[in-house]
Order: sequence, then structure tokens, then C-alpha cells
Amino acid sequence: MELLLFNIFNGLIIGMFYALMALGLSLILGLNGIINFSHGAFLALGGYIAYSLTPVIGFWGALIVSPFAVGLIGLLAERVLIRPLYGRDPLFSLLLTFGLAMIMQDLIRTFWGATGLPFTIPDTLSHPLSQVYFFVTGYRVFLVVLSLFATASLFALLRFTRVGVRIRAGNADLETVSALGINIYRLRAINFAVGILFAGLAGVLAAGRLGLTPTMGASLLMPSFVAIIVGGVGSLLGSMLGGIIIGVAAGIVTTYYPAASDVVIYLIMAVVLVVRPRGLLGQEGLLE
Amino acid sequence: MSASPVDKTASAGQDSAPAAPPARRIPALLPAIVIWLLLLSVPFWLPLLGGYTELGTRVLIFGLVAMGLNLLLGFTGGLSFGHAAYFGLGAYGTGLMLKFVTHSTPLAILVGVIVGGLAATVFGPLTVRRRGIYFAMITIAIGQMFYFVSVRWNSLTGGEDGLTGFSRTDVDLGGWILHLQHPMVFYYFTLFFFAIGCAVVWSVLHSPLGHTFIAIRENQKRLRFLGLPIGVYIWIAFAISGFIAALAGSLYALLNNFASPEDLNWVLSGVFVIICVLGGMRTFWGPLMGAVIYVVAQDYLSSITVNWMSFIGAIFILAVLFFPWGLLGFFQGRFQK
Repeated sequence: MELLLFNIFNGLIIGMFYALMALGLSLILGLNGIINFSHGAFLALGGYIAYSLTPVIGFWGALIVSPFAVGLIGLLAERVLIRPLYGRDPLFSLLLTFGLAMIMQDLIRTFWGATGLPFTIPDTLSHPLSQVYFFVTGYRVFLVVLSLFATASLFALLRFTRVGVRIRAGNADLETVSALGINIYRLRAINFAVGILFAGLAGVLAAGRLGLTPTMGASLLMPSFVAIIVGGVGSLLGSMLGGIIIGVAAGIVTTYYPAASDVVIYLIMAVVLVVRPRGLLGQEGLLE
Repeated sequence: MSASPVDKTASAGQDSAPAAPPARRIPALLPAIVIWLLLLSVPFWLPLLGGYTELGTRVLIFGLVAMGLNLLLGFTGGLSFGHAAYFGLGAYGTGLMLKFVTHSTPLAILVGVIVGGLAATVFGPLTVRRRGIYFAMITIAIGQMFYFVSVRWNSLTGGEDGLTGFSRTDVDLGGWILHLQHPMVFYYFTLFFFAIGCAVVWSVLHSPLGHTFIAIRENQKRLRFLGLPIGVYIWIAFAISGFIAALAGSLYALLNNFASPEDLNWVLSGVFVIICVLGGMRTFWGPLMGAVIYVVAQDYLSSITVNWMSFIGAIFILAVLFFPWGLLGFFQGRFQK
């Protein structure tokens, strides 16, 4: 029983990473119309930048600065590489971000080395909170809380700010938004940067949990795609939900049959596709 | 080495584009003849250019899978990013047959093709329910499922280390023995299957079925209004390309005497797609040209720098930004002007 709880909790945390990543991916997919294969590389970059910043400004400083630094790099990438792709066949954005991911991963390997690096978290966070449930460390709780907080902030941003409203309007009908005199290029750039910022945040958090390797993002990328498919394209809440569902499901399966824990999320996806092709909260006919 | 075939085949791409009436003028056949002559003589001229025969075999294998994929990608407009799965299943099917069941190479190939092709046929219907980006995401995810099965099913597949312990065996053709262990013999063995793949793709493209594929790419809505079951046709294209990918994967396992989980990974799927794009997605010979460029560039770059991945990534980006219609597409556009 304890093992099951342990794995469910672990799954929840992994699911949070998936959810954070899926949120960013989903945001970019919605307004920019791009599947960002380099999302995982941005995530890794976030972790590595935090690693290098920690000795200088400490964990808390790195936690705040690193995602914004990655967001800025994302903004640059959008300006130079992504912008020429708007309105073109999705094939090209797939390939371009795929190439970008290869380059970024290779550069990370060159700068920080191919072997894994440890990422130390502050002592205040690494203690278990309970004697019986030793796995409930401060860091893990912190991780869940911070992820939820970041998600809530994103939803608040989309709901209550002018930019957020425009982003949502752009998701519904970009042409009309443009016709109303809003600079959709700037809007898409902001949207892309926010999505990448979430990848950076997930990277810092994941670094403390899983350690740093150049491929850390790539291994989180695919489950995040699955999270989006399960949750439904076009629904941010769905992506979030999808991430948590597959994370927890993988955790539960780990308890009983560890070898299948990677496969089960794809099986869930297959079942969702058969039963409800648009995903749990998805809209019909979007992006097709 | 790529300069001469490229110039010659530029017009081949144009003539074999199935939109044109299938007029079989002699000059139209010329590029195809040149390509086949070049392919048939690879073991003789490739070493002179500093290559080696296995490199030629690898080009053929990647060209074969890309040609099959292009039927779906370039001609039907189905954005599959998961074809490495069927390639890898072909490789594992063949490897496992040779390791545990039989010593007959043709039988092992047959099983590999059936395993990979059937997987594509069975999982195709899941993908064809959605289009565009969504289609791409689902094909990737399904591909990754097979990847994780191959990694986790340690006892059978050897896990992350890949499947070893088998090797291709000689084929006895009624007293005439093919020594497949010899690189040159295996090259021609591969070329034989490449020719079969070409023939399949060519005849599909020149059949009503192929015209339907192209019509789906051009205007799906209109075909739907005409009452055509679009999903079924994309499924057919998916299945055919899956069988061809499995055939190529099977040959790849024989070439390396090894099957690796990386053979199923989505990274390789991306490579197959870029091969199609590099050569020219809307052309018949494009995928082969793309395979020449990619395989040779990868072989060369990885021998001179550890950062070869950056260069490959740069090729991806540059191709997308500046040569979206590939080498043959580029020339084709020029000739048509």
C-alpha cells in the first residue's frame, strides 16, 4: 500500500512535469500553429542555465531567472526561425524545430558535457515532511505547489489581462484579431516566449528531481505530446489534466508491472483515440 | 558523386510526377535508365570516390524507406512522423527470426516485412481519424510505443543494448549460392528489393489509386463531398508505406547484423521525413536523392567532428527555410519556368 502511494505520488510529480511541458506546447500549438520539437531542448537549457546560475545567485534566484532567460532565447528563436514558417505546411515547422532541438542538444553537450550533472536543492526543501511517508519531501510538495501556482498564473494571465484575452481570441480566429488592428506577430512572439518560459521552469524543477542530462528534455517530450492528445488539442486545461493522468497512471503501473510503465501511457492514448478521438476536453476539428 | 545523377534526374522527377500524362517518350525514360545504370555499377565506382560498398547499401535502404514514406507524405499528404516504428519492427522481426527460429534469410525478411507491415495496417486506422498536425503527433506517439516495448522487453529484444547474435546467411537459389556475407553480393541483394519497392510505388502512383492519393493531398474536402472515404485511402497509403518501411528495416538489420531500439525511435522517423524533403517530396526519385545527401553527409560529418548533430540539425533548418521543395523540386521548378 505504501509502495502504491509512493508510486502514485511519484507519478503525480512526473505528471506535473508533463503538464507544465504540455501547457507550453499546447499554448504554442494553439496560437503559433507549431508543434515545437525543440521544447524538450529548451527544458534542458532551463535546467542547465539554473545549474550555472545557482553558485552565483542561489537556487531561488536561479529558479526565477532561468525560466525568463530561456524565454528570451525562445523569443529570439521565434523571431529568427519560427516566424518564416507561419502559414506554411506544418511539416516544415516540425522539421525546423526538430533540427533546432538537435543543435541545442548538441550545444548543451558541448558546453556542459555529455555526462549527467547533479543539481543541488536547498536543504530546507530536501527533508522528508513525514516519518511514515518518507517520500513526501519538501521539494516534491514544493514542486507540486509551484507547478499549480504557475498554471494558475497562466490561466489568470489568459483570463484577466489584455494580452491573455488577445491570445485566446487569436486561438479562436486569428484573422479577425488581425483585422481588428492587433499586431499578431507580436502576439505570437509573446505567446511563444510564454510557452518556452514554462519549458524553462519545468527544466529547473526537473533538474532538482531527475538530475541534468542533455537528453532530459527529449525523454519528457513524447509523454507531453501524449498528454496533449489525451487531454485534447485546443484545451489548456485538458493538456494539464492529460499530463497528470498519464503521470499517475504510469506511477500506478510501476507498482505492479514496472516494465510496462512507459508503454501504458501510449495505451491510454490509443484507448482515448478509439473512444474519443478529440481527447478528453478537446474541440472538434481544430488544427486539421 | 551526387552532381551527375542529380542533373540527369532533375527532369526525371518532372516526367515521373504522376500529374503529367503518362507519356512514355524515350527521353523521359533516359534519367531512369541513367539512375539504374549508376545504381547497378555502385560497387565499381563508389570505392574510387572514397566510399565503401556498405555506404551504398545504406543509401539504398534509406532511399527505399523514404520512397515508401513519400507515398504517404509527398503524394497523399499524410504527415507521418512515426515510420521508424515499422522500419524497426521489420528489423526486429528479421533479427528475431534469424536468432531463434530459422537460418533462412528470405524467410526472415518475409516475417520482418509482415510484422512491420501488419503493425502499420493495424495502427493506421487510429491515425487516420485526425489530420494535419494532429496526425503527425499521433503517428509519433504510436511509434514511441513500439520503441518503449523494444527497450523494456529485455528478455526478448536485448533492451537498450539492441538485438545481437544473428547474422545473415547465404541464400541457396537451386544450386547457385548467394554469399550474402560478401558486401558486394549483399549490395545487389538489397538493390533487388529496392527495385521491387520502386516498382510497387511506381505502379501505385500510376494507378487510379495513386491518382486518388494525389487528389486527397490537393483537396481533401472536395473528395469528401464526392463521397470518397478519405480515411480508408490514407489508411491504404499508410499500410503500403509501412510494408515498404518494414522491408527496408529488415534489410537494415541484415546489413548491420544488429537491430537497435534507435531503429524505432522518433528521431529516425524525423530523419526519414527530412530525407524526403531534401530530395523533393513531390518527385519520384526525390527520396533516393535525399538518402544520398543525408547518408553521405552523416557518414562524412560524423567522421570529422563530434558535433555532427549540430550540422545535421543545420541541414534540417536550412532545407526548411531555403529548399522546402528539395533538390529535385528546385530543379523541377526551374525547368518548368
